[in-house]
Amino acid sequence: MLYAILCYANEETVFAWSKDEEEAVMSKLITVQEPYARAGKLGPVGRLMPTTTATTVRKGKDEALVIDGPFAETKEALLGFYTIDCDNLEEAVAFCKQLSAVNPGSSSYEIRPFYVFRPGDLAT
Amino acid sequence: MTDLAWIDTTLAAARPRALGALLRYFRDLDTAEEAFQEACLRALRSWPDKGPPRDPVAWLILVGRNSGIDAVRRGARLEALPDEDLISDTGDAESDMADRLDGSHYRDDILRLMFICCHPDLPATQQIALALRIVSGLSVQQIARAFLVGDSAMEQRITRAKARVARAGVAFQTPGAAERAERLSRVTTMIYLVFNEGYSQSDPKRDACAFADEAIRLARLLLGIFPSEPEIMGLLALMLLQLSRRAARFDAEGQIVLLEDQDRSRWNREAINEALALIEKAIRHRQPGPYQIQAAIAALHARAIRAEDTDWTQIELLYRTLEHVQPSPVVTLNRAVAVAKRSGPVEALDMVEQLAGALDGYFYFHGLRGNLLMQLGRNHEARTAFDRAIALARSPAEAAHIRLQLDRLKADAETSLG
Repeated sequence: MLYAILCYANEETVFAWSKDEEEAVMSKLITVQEPYARAGKLGPVGRLMPTTTATTVRKGKDEALVIDGPFAETKEALLGFYTIDCDNLEEAVAFCKQLSAVNPGSSSYEIRPFYVFRPGDLAT
Repeated sequence: MTDLAWIDTTLAAARPRALGALLRYFRDLDTAEEAFQEACLRALRSWPDKGPPRDPVAWLILVGRNSGIDAVRRGARLEALPDEDLISDTGDAESDMADRLDGSHYRDDILRLMFICCHPDLPATQQIALALRIVSGLSVQQIARAFLVGDSAMEQRITRAKARVARAGVAFQTPGAAERAERLSRVTTMIYLVFNEGYSQSDPKRDACAFADEAIRLARLLLGIFPSEPEIMGLLALMLLQLSRRAARFDAEGQIVLLEDQDRSRWNREAINEALALIEKAIRHRQPGPYQIQAAIAALHARAIRAEDTDWTQIELLYRTLEHVQPSPVVTLNRAVAVAKRSGPVEALDMVEQLAGALDGYFYFHGLRGNLLMQLGRNHEARTAFDRAIALARSPAEAAHIRLQLDRLKADAETSLG
């Protein structure tokens, strides 16, 4: 099953990390990802720019409205995502628990099974 | 990152929101700061055991509010401290409670906290020091070290500035639209002052360099609460673009490297991409302002893969727009640089000469003038201009840069003699 893993955390804290803190967390996250990448189970992984760069397009009465900022104003912002092929939910949960362990502070991971609507041909 | 380091980062990140709300409750900066301090101490005791609350800001506001009220009470008669366990154990409840208490107040709270630091009676350096102390929560020692003054001198400076702010009184009622716009404009100016205090440091090891990052954090915070303000997008983009060149601005000896000579592979692409995204958003609003225009100019430099790819025609046009929006001889001087690149030194020198009266005491005026004269082979006049520039240099790096030009002139003279 394909899973999207949506990573939520407190944006102000994450963007207050020093460069050293940031690098330390990222290298630990890469260590967690490595076995899945080697097994060919890991799809694109994205880091989102700050929510201040976000634009939301919302269906309006006549034409769509373009709104500055993210779709929902939540305490924890969507800061990144994984796409991963796991045998079952158990494995996806285990993966998130590993991510969570190396991520300092409060963070949550929403696991959402998905299917490929269109594979796309973006070179990354 | 250890637990404690994470808690420190979280407390620092939560400070503007939490302190802003506490200031509204207590209507007194000292009480609000004490209450916040107390809440932080309790967080350090409680969070390592219980784990971090889901909403640290709400937790700090409620605990700070209780402890602050308690401190006020203790002033009158002794009463037992409230138990913060009641708050920390409620999980998500504190978030809902704070929401009910604050709701839409958050943005005006933060704006107010920033705004009290930009009192027009305060000179720029005091506004910067106050903002770093109150909003960012840097210690007096950190600020003193960055400004290269003693701790007690900085302590005094900040105390005096605070007293001045207190005397001036702070408006606590929710501001109207015009008042809010005025506050926003003053606060954006203050944030850019903080940035420049950091960015203009010619010694990359100076503590003050960190102010530039702090300014970016403040601008992100401000844009987060006022997400549709194109000038805040412009300011944030401008600062990100300037800072993206940080690693390339100085060589190993600490000498300034001019934009055209910088190793562009060392520019921070992440910062550039974020800035470009912000500029695109800002442009959609069709309300150009000085920060957006300056950011657009910086973006044209960032987009040029090699210095010779720079679109000077477009840059010249943007400086022309900036002259309309915010006329100043310094802007015209910058346009002259673009004109020199586009059409050569004759036309540019013509523009520069007209600024002599306004910019006679300005380092860059004489530096540019000397450079244009040198390009035209008027070496004797160029030397005089460079001498004047050196006399006006504000840092050893600036002076060293002009000395290099003088050396080139000298080398030229020797070659033509030989």
